[in-house]
Amino acid sequence: MIFPKWTNSLPLVLGAVAALAGAGVAAGVTMYLTPKYTRAGYTPVQPVPFSHNIHAGQLGLDCRFCHNGVERSWFANLPGASTCMNCHSVVLKDDPRLAIVRESAANNTPVPWVQVHKVPDYVYFNHSVHVDRGISCVKCHGRVDQMDEVRHDKSLSMSFCLDCHRDPAANIRPTDKVTKLDWQWSTNAAEADRLQDSEGKKLVEHMKVESLTSCSACHR
Amino acid sequence: MSEIANIEELKKLAPPAELRRAPVVEGNQGLGWLTDKLSAFAEAKVPIWWWIAFVPAAFAATVIFPVCLFYQVFTGVGVWGNNHPDMWGWDIVNFIWWVGVAHAGTLISALLFLTRQHWRTTIGRMAEAMTVFSVAMAGLYPAIHVGRAWFDWFMFPIPNSNGNWPQFKSPLMWDVFAVNTYLMVSSLFWFMGMIPDFAVLRDRSTTRIRKGIFSFLAMGWTGSAWQWHNYEKAYIVLCGLCTLLVFTVSSIVGLDFCTAQLAGWHATIFPLYFVIGAVFCGFGMMLVLLTSLRKLCHLENVITLSHIDKVAKLALVSGLIINYIYLMEIFIAWYSGDPYERWVFGHRFFGQEYWYFGWALIAINVCVTQLLWFKKIRSNLVALFVIGLLINCGMWSERFVIVVGSLYQDFLPANWGKYHPTMWDVGLYIGTLGAFFMLYLLFVKFLPVIAISEVKGATPQGDPHHPLGGAPKGGHQ
Repeated sequence: MIFPKWTNSLPLVLGAVAALAGAGVAAGVTMYLTPKYTRAGYTPVQPVPFSHNIHAGQLGLDCRFCHNGVERSWFANLPGASTCMNCHSVVLKDDPRLAIVRESAANNTPVPWVQVHKVPDYVYFNHSVHVDRGISCVKCHGRVDQMDEVRHDKSLSMSFCLDCHRDPAANIRPTDKVTKLDWQWSTNAAEADRLQDSEGKKLVEHMKVESLTSCSACHR
Repeated sequence: MSEIANIEELKKLAPPAELRRAPVVEGNQGLGWLTDKLSAFAEAKVPIWWWIAFVPAAFAATVIFPVCLFYQVFTGVGVWGNNHPDMWGWDIVNFIWWVGVAHAGTLISALLFLTRQHWRTTIGRMAEAMTVFSVAMAGLYPAIHVGRAWFDWFMFPIPNSNGNWPQFKSPLMWDVFAVNTYLMVSSLFWFMGMIPDFAVLRDRSTTRIRKGIFSFLAMGWTGSAWQWHNYEKAYIVLCGLCTLLVFTVSSIVGLDFCTAQLAGWHATIFPLYFVIGAVFCGFGMMLVLLTSLRKLCHLENVITLSHIDKVAKLALVSGLIINYIYLMEIFIAWYSGDPYERWVFGHRFFGQEYWYFGWALIAINVCVTQLLWFKKIRSNLVALFVIGLLINCGMWSERFVIVVGSLYQDFLPANWGKYHPTMWDVGLYIGTLGAFFMLYLLFVKFLPVIAISEVKGATPQGDPHHPLGGAPKGGHQ
């Protein structure tokens, strides 16, 4: 006999080890290599310590006050420094934290903001199409009105997009509520779900929202 | 020895000569002789002819093959001749050809097992090896034909953060599962069939390394009644699966074509057409391998002329069905009244390009096949070897006619475009041929090339109720 008796249990042991290793690799890849981990949570330091929490949350500025092209353009533009200066020529007019903004307004140079949300080059994304069809800012960007520094809140993975594209009715809301980040159909969760279902379908039909899931909808 | 007397007794009981079946093994030898004979080649020194065949095959498999493969994968499909409108070229032609070569192996080993054809025992193993190696070659082509081989995992239903999921409505998707299932089941079938023979080689081995390897492969086979009982049950289940796979795999390859709206492809006959074409092509390859290995491995007593005659007859039958399908294709093209269908079929034989493949198909698959009607040809090994090679060429031409012949000139003349393979197409094909023959030669040299236990079961000596078999005096003391 070449192989001792204990080798009879080897296939079982190897099978169990392979199953465990497979599960471990799958779990590891899911945890650490998907956009949920690699993108979400990214919070770069910005040149100007601008707080969305103060401006959009406490002061209640509408998103479109600054990102004013979002309903007409594929790009949610950043405001020019002149927009800031509308108020900051009076409020905190000598604050050192705003030096870059004042300089920008005076010399007509851009503020070097660091981009947080970025879809890859091979993905076509149009803000206006989504905003004008009742997809709220909060769906992709989270509660920006509660962030001091903007954080990449959602994964923005392909399945993140597809989940909504496959079922727009579950995510749509009236167009006038798009920039109200804390808006809900109802304060009662069960009622909110019911309304999302029934009203969502109506909105999808009313606004002729198409469930685009072909490759070329985004990869053009 | 009382064996002589037994033979005399047997002769009295036996039916008249003209009604007697040809014995599975010639020479009427005992079981011990069979074991010696059938394991001799795997145990003997490597002969010269083996090296002469192995060196070029191994060169093609280990140099030409990886070079062409890596160059294509790293550069892109553009290195091949494929371009609009000929999006399918040699890659798909060779894919179908290799799948086809695989089919006769399964048919011989599985379908003939289910129909209790004892003569299959001597050639079944060789046929199964042919199946396993050629399915592996076939499976490679679609994997690299997609262009970005690193995205091949998209073809499998793996949950992922891209939300990708295979399109199960597409026959191209069914192809992935069919070919993978085929490879898996036929490998299992091949390996499982070898377990008792691995045990034979293990018990006969003289060196410790050899004993170790065959002990590992034999997986603790002792030949107990309990093991045989389980083994035979598993074997027949796998046979049933394999037989179904013969029909499903090539049907699905046929569906890849006939679901497309292209003249020359859009025909309901395609699944059957591809199955029979595959089987025909495989019998061609079987003839090549059987006639040459019979001679080279000195297996004249085991692979008898009667077995080769039967393989040739099966090749003839499948060839005749193929001829009927050619006739039907042309008839339906005319009878449909569709000008595009008629045009495509006319151009297969009288077009500006590729008409020579159309005529090669007629010359070989229709005309040469008819030679197999003659008993003289069926017992001439050289003729069968040549016919086998020709059938493979003929079936390759047929796949070229189907794939490129329909693509290069479709409905709009503005879309027309010629197809010419590049050196990378040719190199990859040579590489797969080399890999196939290298694997086959390794199989012939190192593994039990004939199913020792099955052949024994098909001889009178292996039958305990036969006067020559089992216990002394026929077990009726």
